[in-house]
Amino acid sequence: MQHYSGFGLFKHSLSHHENWQRAWRNPTPKKKYDVIIVGGGGHGLATAYYLAKQFGVTNVAVIEKGYLGGGNTARNTTIVRSNYLWDEAAHLYEHAMKLWEGLSQDLNYNVMFSQRGVLNLGHTLQDMRDIERRVNANRLNGIDGEVLDAKQVQELVPHMDCSANTRYPVMGASWQPRAGVARHDAVAWGFARGADAHGVDLIQQTEVTDLIIEDGTITGVKTNRYGEIKADRVGCVVAGNSSVLANMAGFELPLESHPLQALVSEPIKPILDTVVMSNHVHGYVSQSDKGDLVIGAGIDGYNGYGQRGSYPTIEHTVQAIVELFPIFSRVRMNRQWGGIVDTCPDACPIISDTPVKNLFFNCGWGTGGFKATPGSGNVFAASLAKGEMHELAKPFSMFRFHNGALIDEHGAAGVAH
Amino acid sequence: MFHIYCPHCGEYREEEEFHAAGQAHIARPLDPEACSDKEWGEYMFFRKNPRGIHHELWVHAAGCRKFFNMTRDTQTYEIKEVYKIGEQPTVVAQSAAK
Ligand SMILES: Cc1cc2nc3c(=O)[nH]c(=O)nc-3n(C[C@H](O)[C@H](O)[C@H](O)COP(=O)(O)OP(=O)(O)OC[C@H]3O[C@@H](n4cnc5c(N)ncnc54)[C@H](O)[C@@H]3O)c2cc1C
Ligand SMILES: [Zn+2]
Repeated sequence: MQHYSGFGLFKHSLSHHENWQRAWRNPTPKKKYDVIIVGGGGHGLATAYYLAKQFGVTNVAVIEKGYLGGGNTARNTTIVRSNYLWDEAAHLYEHAMKLWEGLSQDLNYNVMFSQRGVLNLGHTLQDMRDIERRVNANRLNGIDGEVLDAKQVQELVPHMDCSANTRYPVMGASWQPRAGVARHDAVAWGFARGADAHGVDLIQQTEVTDLIIEDGTITGVKTNRYGEIKADRVGCVVAGNSSVLANMAGFELPLESHPLQALVSEPIKPILDTVVMSNHVHGYVSQSDKGDLVIGAGIDGYNGYGQRGSYPTIEHTVQAIVELFPIFSRVRMNRQWGGIVDTCPDACPIISDTPVKNLFFNCGWGTGGFKATPGSGNVFAASLAKGEMHELAKPFSMFRFHNGALIDEHGAAGVAH
Repeated sequence: MFHIYCPHCGEYREEEEFHAAGQAHIARPLDPEACSDKEWGEYMFFRKNPRGIHHELWVHAAGCRKFFNMTRDTQTYEIKEVYKIGEQPTVVAQSAAK
């Protein structure tokens, strides 16, 4: 793998940047792998990377029906934070946060991780009590966080309307300074390049159409392009399509797939140097490095596999943002798109073994899994390497919906649905 | 934007008047005490999530406030039919029909 550096940039400029090595190969799959990962989103690629790099399992294929990172990974609003309420979730997201902090160096790829801080606003007394509880819980877990009052919020975000005149006045916020944003495409590409360098085969434009199961054990997958490919273990990381894959394996998951959409505005001058989220009026906004406002909000109220999203949701989102930032009311929106997210009843992911031997699922991240990308990949890789769930993943077993050990994160997940 | 026919009002109205309430035809176990944890968990949390034909419960929230069922394709978003609670759908998925 070619090493990226300032000197390399200079050297390649002399040949007009025409001789850069390809970031990854485009191989024909082998007949058999130790591990097949279905789904080449950020989580699948991170899994492959850590499998090869950290756990020495290099006979690995990632099978992706479209192009790498073209699912939710390329469609999200890029917010990264670890201020979840319950210990299980806080530990998992903080594990990811620690990996984010060294990720660009580790991958030798600039994922543009920017710790510009995240504000979760409170608009009611109950919001503020929940915020206090969550920040205290975070601090007991060694995760940074502060409770801010309206005045402190106003100082951080001078252009937001923090007056008492709004319909839902800002009463305060939780503030996680280490949180921020990362460049979503770069995350997928960085992991892909790293995995490829360690020998992982990245197979694009290939859909897994069935899972091959013999005597309750998975032995491989069927694909639309290369027929059967064998594997000792299979990990499914297909976000919105998890239920479809689970049905191939003959079991059900407690998931519902919904479109979730985002919008970006025309680029404007720097005006917002942090991330503002509000669960109560339900909208979130940050400003990208190239100046556009990145805006997101809730899922469509009904199941859907359309990567588009509905109009009423856009209206509610924009209402919330304009309520918070009247100054944005005449900013034009440039683009809108949707992803398909797989929502779980307790707003927590499923990282789990399954009723089928050697088949593992990593899914149910719903509206908030981008922040977990390195952590998710890391614990899933550890589980696939050993055939036994990683300690941090254990509480997220799919069987928690049978034994009742749910992790109710609706509050800290920042979802109003 | 959906244009939804409310079988109670007998009219088409805009999506915003309605609220989707999840999968239709979910029967509460008659004797909950007799359920195993698995059965109860499945009743509580496991929902069909098909890419294709789906039977859903909707409520005309800003209208007559009555519930009804809808058969909808989750991939094309086509509304196949609406029918009242207690009635059975006439459009069913191929796999379910077998
Ligand atoms: C609009 C929007 C905003 C969001 N905002 C945030 C945010 O600010 N912060 C945050 O933390 N999270 C956010 N999320 C959630 C986050 O994007 C996801 O949780 C995360 O990207 C999931 O990663 P993944 O790799 O599991 O899934 P994906 O990136 O969706 O990858 C799954 C891959 O599987 C492939 N696949 C599916 N079926 C098959 C098959 N049969 N065969 C082969 N391949 C298959 C798909 O093509 C896809 O590439 C947002 C999501 C959306 C849609
Ligand atoms: Zn009605």
